[in-house]
Order: sequence, then structure tokens, then C-alpha cells
Amino acid sequence: MRVTFTANGKPVEADDVWEGESLLYVLRERVGLPGSKNACEQGECGSCTVYLDGTPVCSCLVAAGQVQDREVRTVEGLTEESGELGLVQQSFIDAGAVQCGFCTPGLLVQTDALLERSPQPSDTDIREALSGNLCRCTGYEKIMDAVRLASARKCQKAGAAE
Amino acid sequence: MSTRTIQGQKNLQDITTGSKDGIGGSPLRPDGTLKVKGEFAYSSDMWHEDMLWGMALRSPHPRANILSVDISEALRTPGVYAVLTHEDIPGTKFYGLEIQDQPALAIDKVRYHGEAIALVAADHPETARRAVKKIKVEYEVLTPITTEEQALNPEVHGYVHEPHEYKSHGSGNICHSQRLVFGQGVTDEVKALADVVVKGEYEVGMQDQAFLGPESGLAVPAEDGGIDLYVATQWLHVDRQQMAPVLGLPEEKVRLTLAGVGGAFGGREDLSMQIHASLLAQRTGKPVKIVYARDESFFGHVHRHPAKMSYEHGATRDGKLVYSDVRLVLDGGAYASASPAVVGNAASLGNGPYNIPNVRMEAIALYTNNPSCGAMRGFGAVQACFGYETQMDRLAAELGMDPVELRQLNAMSEGDRLPTGQQIDSPAPVAELLRRVKDMPLPPPLDLANLDIRELPGALSNTSHGEGIVRGIGYSVGIKNVGFSEGFDDYSTARVRLEVIGGEPVAMVHTAMAEVGQGGITVHAQIARTELGVEQVTIHPANTEVGSAGSTSASRQTYMTGGAVKLAAEAVKQALIEKGRKRYGWTQTDLDLVGGKVVSAAQGSLVSMVDLLGDEAIDLTREHHHRPTEAFDKVTGQGFGHVQYTFCANRAVVDVDVELGLVKVVELTAAQDVGKALNPLSVVGQIQGGCTQALGLAVMEEIIVKDGKVRNASFTDYLIPTILDVPPIPVDVLELPDPNAPYGLRGVGEAPTVSATPSIVAAIRQATGIALNRIPVRPEHITGTL
Repeated sequence: MRVTFTANGKPVEADDVWEGESLLYVLRERVGLPGSKNACEQGECGSCTVYLDGTPVCSCLVAAGQVQDREVRTVEGLTEESGELGLVQQSFIDAGAVQCGFCTPGLLVQTDALLERSPQPSDTDIREALSGNLCRCTGYEKIMDAVRLASARKCQKAGAAE
Repeated sequence: MSTRTIQGQKNLQDITTGSKDGIGGSPLRPDGTLKVKGEFAYSSDMWHEDMLWGMALRSPHPRANILSVDISEALRTPGVYAVLTHEDIPGTKFYGLEIQDQPALAIDKVRYHGEAIALVAADHPETARRAVKKIKVEYEVLTPITTEEQALNPEVHGYVHEPHEYKSHGSGNICHSQRLVFGQGVTDEVKALADVVVKGEYEVGMQDQAFLGPESGLAVPAEDGGIDLYVATQWLHVDRQQMAPVLGLPEEKVRLTLAGVGGAFGGREDLSMQIHASLLAQRTGKPVKIVYARDESFFGHVHRHPAKMSYEHGATRDGKLVYSDVRLVLDGGAYASASPAVVGNAASLGNGPYNIPNVRMEAIALYTNNPSCGAMRGFGAVQACFGYETQMDRLAAELGMDPVELRQLNAMSEGDRLPTGQQIDSPAPVAELLRRVKDMPLPPPLDLANLDIRELPGALSNTSHGEGIVRGIGYSVGIKNVGFSEGFDDYSTARVRLEVIGGEPVAMVHTAMAEVGQGGITVHAQIARTELGVEQVTIHPANTEVGSAGSTSASRQTYMTGGAVKLAAEAVKQALIEKGRKRYGWTQTDLDLVGGKVVSAAQGSLVSMVDLLGDEAIDLTREHHHRPTEAFDKVTGQGFGHVQYTFCANRAVVDVDVELGLVKVVELTAAQDVGKALNPLSVVGQIQGGCTQALGLAVMEEIIVKDGKVRNASFTDYLIPTILDVPPIPVDVLELPDPNAPYGLRGVGEAPTVSATPSIVAAIRQATGIALNRIPVRPEHITGTL
């Protein structure tokens, strides 16, 4: 089947999609967006998290056909049009929250979504929001630092804009 | 695949990074920007025009004879390009890290649940999956050998490997053993000196590395008949060394390039898909990609050895250790992997960082039909640490002493001897590290009136509002060796090039070191900056075009490849200065490279490196070997076996719901001596990550194997700690230089994984009063409902 949808603001189409293929497979193998990672294919690790119509989902659990005419935003879509890193991306680098980095794309999308709905989350809020994203390298401390840093920068930016 | 427009391989290119930070600074990762953009090419992102997908058929039985394999129906499946069995292997059929006992594809029999029997290459992963199911294998199922009792009675239960099957087989089903006797050993005379004796039996479950990036890679057939493999691994050259004979190729025709690695922790030391993808590429003449699904990853790599341990310690009434008597049995599973070296570590480090005048120790690894076990972070030292640290707590209780004080009283320090007889010739601040974790401020006590219940054990499940919660505190300390031991000629190679690019001096670093996330490439850039006085450094992709870097394991890469980069950079520096001497006739002996200039300490700047280099490049390669070690004596275990030691101490604070058996670690503190922190940000990250894997082993991580069958090969059923399970991990870094190591550094990554587990169990024990002699601790152990 053919699946057409919007990925990071651009229309894309994929041909010859087998009915059992996941959105993750289509993104990675058919439309040239390998940023979302595949680590468990069971929705347990969060490495494949993308926005689907503005809501973070595990793209491994979404059948490709379900995204027909819908909007997908991946980790690649967190980078500014200019090529400049988004605020959450930069905070993860600055805080040392990226080690092997395989969990990073999913964590970035989930953090972005958290700060959209709650710009100043408590530590417990952060832990709750990111509890579906496994990281095996960092021990999460630097990820906590990164989210706190991104939150502070976001609030500062919002304050400056007011 | 036709709509795919990019190739993953495009990112396997030089990464250039600029900074003023040399060693001791914390510059940002050179690969960080690519990683946060989703543009970093992991091995599972490799892509090639016209590529096929490979997949393996794996055994559902832990032990069976293979009577027949029928591939005809699978071969007829549309979209299938090849189906291979061991009969299609062009070269030797066995490989292995230390003992070549593992068939690349099963021959006549299978020895563990998940062993690969046949391979398929197809145009879509689903086609491959369906074709795999069409391969018909007829088995004669045999009763698996799964326990120590069975393995040690081969006359009754049989052999995992028949003695005639390969030459280097140990005796019976014992893969490797190491004995050790120190002082007078354990005699009646020695025992009589002890006022107090504690004995314990301890058990450690099978832990998995559970790296997030699954085993994967792309094999591309080359025009010269060779193979180009893009793969996530820990040691490119040892992969090649094992692959080439099986592929029937000379080593120079097997070229490996490191593709992005999504974590390793020892799980990528052995081969996984390397030979399989290459065989399929050879047969089909097309690029073949293999990406393991998570269940296949659990089957496709070795795990941490489960252990059964018996410890006996004797001490005087004032707390001085008199003797220890230890037996460690490690289940090595079906194939040897790194078991011999793991046994060596367990035996030599299994008494901990303590002065014990008389020691008797035996460590063995068994062959069984359980999953193969080999390298995992901590490598043989982890299991033993749970044993000896539990013993220290029990001994302290028996003597009515403070457990930290007891440890400090017996702690080894510089100049003391290990039970192997080796004298510790660099700082060993064991008592100091314990003091540091003990002195760090405690988290505020549980305040039920003002508590967010999400912070209680059970967290978000709303299982408690504070009733039945008890808090406990536990301590531990551990010892780990750095680098490869027992006489292994451990070395690494680095090539450093200095040239002018865009009007600036730029250093290029080329090694075969596997960057698995630990930050080695960041440190390499820092070393090049420090030695060459430049800001811009280019990191060349790791591949087999340069000499071996050894393995990214044993906490050795900063020491070994970092050391090689230092040597090569120093050589480049000397060559550049020599060039200046020839051109300008300098006679000063105080010359250095600083800020892009050749500088005399007395006279200041002499010339810019750009002017001195001109169009020329200086390009030099150096090897770094650590000082030689020696094999342990087979009978006494004596010998200068390890090159360096590292120590970490921990304090754990836990809340336990004693009614439900749920545990919440509230805080896990670490103090570690790192010799010299080349990159403080990375050092802390490594220690926190290491503590977290230890937390996993303490309270949740175990591969459940029943009758040789793996019951939980998924992230749904094998639990690794989430951000809700992991508490704040304050880290106190001590820097006492090791005079024998580059910059005085000490390996960092493994020590916290060795030491932190027992502190958590000790804290649960303190909270509940339950003995807890097995890890991971499960709710039923706490509630007594087992």
C-alpha cells in the first residue's frame, strides 16, 4: 500500500508498504529518517518516541497505515530550520546527558513534550514523564540535569520574550 | 526501499571538534551534535542500495542432536536469496575469544537455547522472518545439563562438549579453574587464631548487559573477494581475527569499520552477527544487513556469569581478619567465551580490598547447557563483591562493630599485598573512600506528612501512603583490576597527524578504539590538544586500517588508547620541534607547543606552528603497551597478574515497603579514586551509570533460565532500572595519581558496578533484618512469601 503523511512539516509518501510495517520501520527504512531508534519493538524502551499529531507515541507500536494524512514530528524535526540545535537538544549535550546516545532521540522528544505542557516540572514530574524511556549508560542523573537546564533556558527565553 | 534517499554510511566520516579544553577540562562530545540531531549513524542505521536482510534460525532446545535440516521450502520463498547451514561455511567452522569451541552455525547438535543453526538473506526483514520459520529441523531432544551437580558428574549426565571435540578442553565440564593459597592457607592452626567465624552461601543471578542498540551491522562484498563490515563492536581487530578463518579469507581481506555503537558493557566482546552477515554477503554477492530484535539480542550475546559462592571468614575479637576460605562456582554456559579470564579475576579479586593474612580460594567456570556467559562490566569481580561485602556486614554484626569501621580496620593500602602476592604500588585509599561516603550528608528523613507518594516504593502505582515503609542504610567497597591481565600483551595503537587546514593547525587522531558511548573520543581530542597546543582536532572513524586498539573493556581504553594517543602526539611534537631546530638553529631545551605556537619557557613564542609546518604534514603512529604482567600460578594463584587496581565505595539509603516487598533506593552515594580525571564530566557520568547497573543487579535484573530455557528475553520481562528506579547519585571523585599510568589516570568505568550492589542489599537488610543471600532481591524475598 501507499502511505502519505507529513514528517517534520514536509509531505512524504512511501510505496509498497506491507500492512504489518510499523511507523518506525517506514520512517527509518523508507523515508530516510533513521533518527528514531529501534531497541525493543514493544513500546518498553521509548527509543522510537515521535510526535503523532502533537502527542508523543512509541512509533514501533503504530502501524504505518494509521498515520495516513497525519502529522509526524521526529527527533530530526527538533532541529531549527536554520540547522541550529533546539533548546532541549543543546541542553542534553551541555549537561553531559548523551553517552552512547541511542536513547537520546526518544528522550528528546519526550522532554520536549513535557516542557511544552509543563515548563517548570518538579523532579518527580520529570521522573514520571520520562519513566517510559530507558537509558542504560547515564544513570539518569545527567538526564535530570539536562531537563532542568532546558526548563531554565525555556523559562528564561519566555521571560525575555515577554 | 526505493524511497529511501540517504545512506547511513555517509556519517562514518571524520568528526572535527574545536575547543580550548585539554585534559582536566570537560569539552562537549565531538559526536554529541550528530547524536541529538538523530544523524549519528548507528550500526542499525547502515544502509546500502540493493541490500538484503539477514536473519538466523535459532534452537528452541538447550540440548539436542540435530538429525536433519531441510532448507528447501525456505529457499523457494519469493524474495529469499540464500539459506545457509554449517555445510556452506567456506573456512574453519569454530571460533572463540580464548578457546575456539563455538561453531559459527550449529553442527550435529545444539548446546543452548537460541543457538544459531541456519541463516536466511531476503529482500525484507519480514520475508526473512517467514523463511526462517520454513526451515525444518528434526531434533533428538536431550536432557540439558544445567546445574553444578550435573556438570560435575559427566559420567551420569554427559558432557556439554565431548572431550574429543576440541583440544583445549578442561576436565569434565569444567571450562577453567584457578586455585589460590596465600599465607598459610586455611589450616587448623590458622583457624585456631580466629575468635569469630562467619560462613555464608551466596548466589548471584544471570545479569544482562542490555545495551539499547541491538547487535547489527552491514556486510558489503568487495571486488577483491573480501568483505567490508560496518559493525558495532568492542574490538575490531579481535573480531577480524575470529572472522577471517571462518570466511576462508586472509585477514587483510576482512576490513572492519566501527559503526555507531549503542552501548556495550561487555556484551559486544564476542562475535554476534559479524560472521553471519559476512557469510550471506559472500554467498549472495550483495550487501547484507542484520539487525537483531530484542529477543534475538538476549540469545545472541553472552551474559554475566551467575554464581554460587561459599565464604568463610575468621577474625579476632577486635575485628582483624585472620583467614578466608572461599569457593566460587561460575556458570559459564555452553561456550567458553571469556570464562577463563573471568575466573582469573574472580579468584584474584574475590577477597576484596582487604588485608587477609591467610587465604584459600578456588574459582571455577562450568560448561552447562545454559546460555553462554562472558564479559560484563565488572568481569568476575562483581559476583565476589556481593559475597565478601555481605560477609563483612555479618562479621561486624557478630563482633558488635560498626560495619564501616570493620572495613577500615582491614582495608588495604599502598604497599600491602593482595592474596596473589602482588604488592600494590600505587595509592589504594580504601579506608579514605569509605570515610568519604560515610561523611557525605544524608538525605532528609522520610516525612510522611509532606510527601509526594510518587517517591515511595512502588512509586506511581499508588501502592502505599507511607504505612509499612522502613528506611535502611548500607555500605560497601570494592576492588577491580584495570586492563588485560595474566601476562596478556595488552597494547593499543594510535596515529596522530598534524597539518595546516584553513590557516589553522589541526590534529587528526586515528585509532581502532571502539567508542561505545564512554567518551573515549572526547578524551582523545583533549589529549591531542594538550600535547600539541592546538584547538581543532579531527577524529577519524575507527577501522582496521590502523593497528589494534584492544578492547573497549576492562576500564582500559583511556589508559591504553589514551596512552597511545599521548605517545603519538608527543612524537609529532618532537618531530615538529626538530624541524624548527633544523630550520632556525634553536638550541633551547625548554621548547613546547602552546596556543598554536612553538614556545620557549624562557623566551616565549618563537614561531607559529602554521609557519613552521607550511604545506607539510607530520603523521606518526605509536603503540602503547602497559608494563608486563604474568600468569597466576595454577596451584597457588601467585603472580604479578594485574597492571592496575581501582577502588570505589558506596553508601545506599533505601526505603522498603515491608508489606509488599517493594524497594525504593532513595540515594546512592559513590566515592572513587580515578587517579586523574581527564574529563570530570565523563568521569562522573561513568560512575553514575556504573552504579545504576549495580542497582539493577541488586533489585531487579535477572535472566530467568529454567531447564536451560530463557523465560524473559524482552524488555517487558527483563527489567532494567528506569528513571523512577534510580535515585540521585552524588559522586565524590578522588584524584591520587598512579605513577605508572599516563597522566596518573586510573580506569573508571567498572569499579562502581562492582561495589554498589552490596551497599543496596545491605541497606535492605538493615531495614528488614532479613539475611538476603541471593541477588537480585525480589519482593518475595522480603515478604517471605517465596
